[in-house]
Amino acid sequence: MAILRLTEQIAQQIREHGASDYPNETCGAMLGTDREDGRAVLALVPLTNRRDDSPRNRFSITAEDFRVAERAAAEQGLEVVGWYHSHPDHPARPSEFDREHAWPWYSYVIVSVDAGKPQLMTSWLLAEDRSHFDPEEIVARESASSAT
Amino acid sequence: MGITVEIPTPLRPFAGKQASVEFNATTVGDALKQLTTTYADLQKHLYTDEGRIRSFVTVYLNEEDIRYLQKESTSVKDGDIISIVPSIAGGHPNG
Repeated sequence: MAILRLTEQIAQQIREHGASDYPNETCGAMLGTDREDGRAVLALVPLTNRRDDSPRNRFSITAEDFRVAERAAAEQGLEVVGWYHSHPDHPARPSEFDREHAWPWYSYVIVSVDAGKPQLMTSWLLAEDRSHFDPEEIVARESASSAT
Repeated sequence: MGITVEIPTPLRPFAGKQASVEFNATTVGDALKQLTTTYADLQKHLYTDEGRIRSFVTVYLNEEDIRYLQKESTSVKDGDIISIVPSIAGGHPNG
């Protein structure tokens, strides 16, 4: 199974963003490194869910927001390695809608938020033929130096 | 000099790991057709089964979204840059 390394601080930021946007879905970009020895998340770019019509069970990050995240990554010498979003009052597993709209290569982190409280956090990679998601193990460490 | 097509990071593994590819083309659609002919594995990520650009794929010609130009029929000239920019979306089934 692939591994996604991050710090406890980053994990907590994702949980808090999910809780603060509850009951709507939250979303953001994960910046980091992707090397032969693994992938690490070192910074986040919290983004605005652009789905005004159905924000409680859908999220959307526009192409413009995508470019904002890409520029932020470049300024820090990092790259966008994935995206996070929340599932309010729903398990932290990808939906068919998630699969239809996903891209390969990126890590997709999902945090479930039940009644406003963040719960399980999972990460997923889309199969190259787009047929399914494979789980990615999240390894949270105490400090940034141990996450890289 | 030709038309440069910039490939987003998640699609580079399907394009020989290249960040950009250059083609001689007359329209945006022509350049994208050459791209997916050269790198056939890109087709399913950029186009629906019906051959339309996926709704969560935005194509820019230089800094202009081609949906506000002439879409895939938009003319291109040497030195132009076509960027493929993903939109990111998802959600869970319950409303």
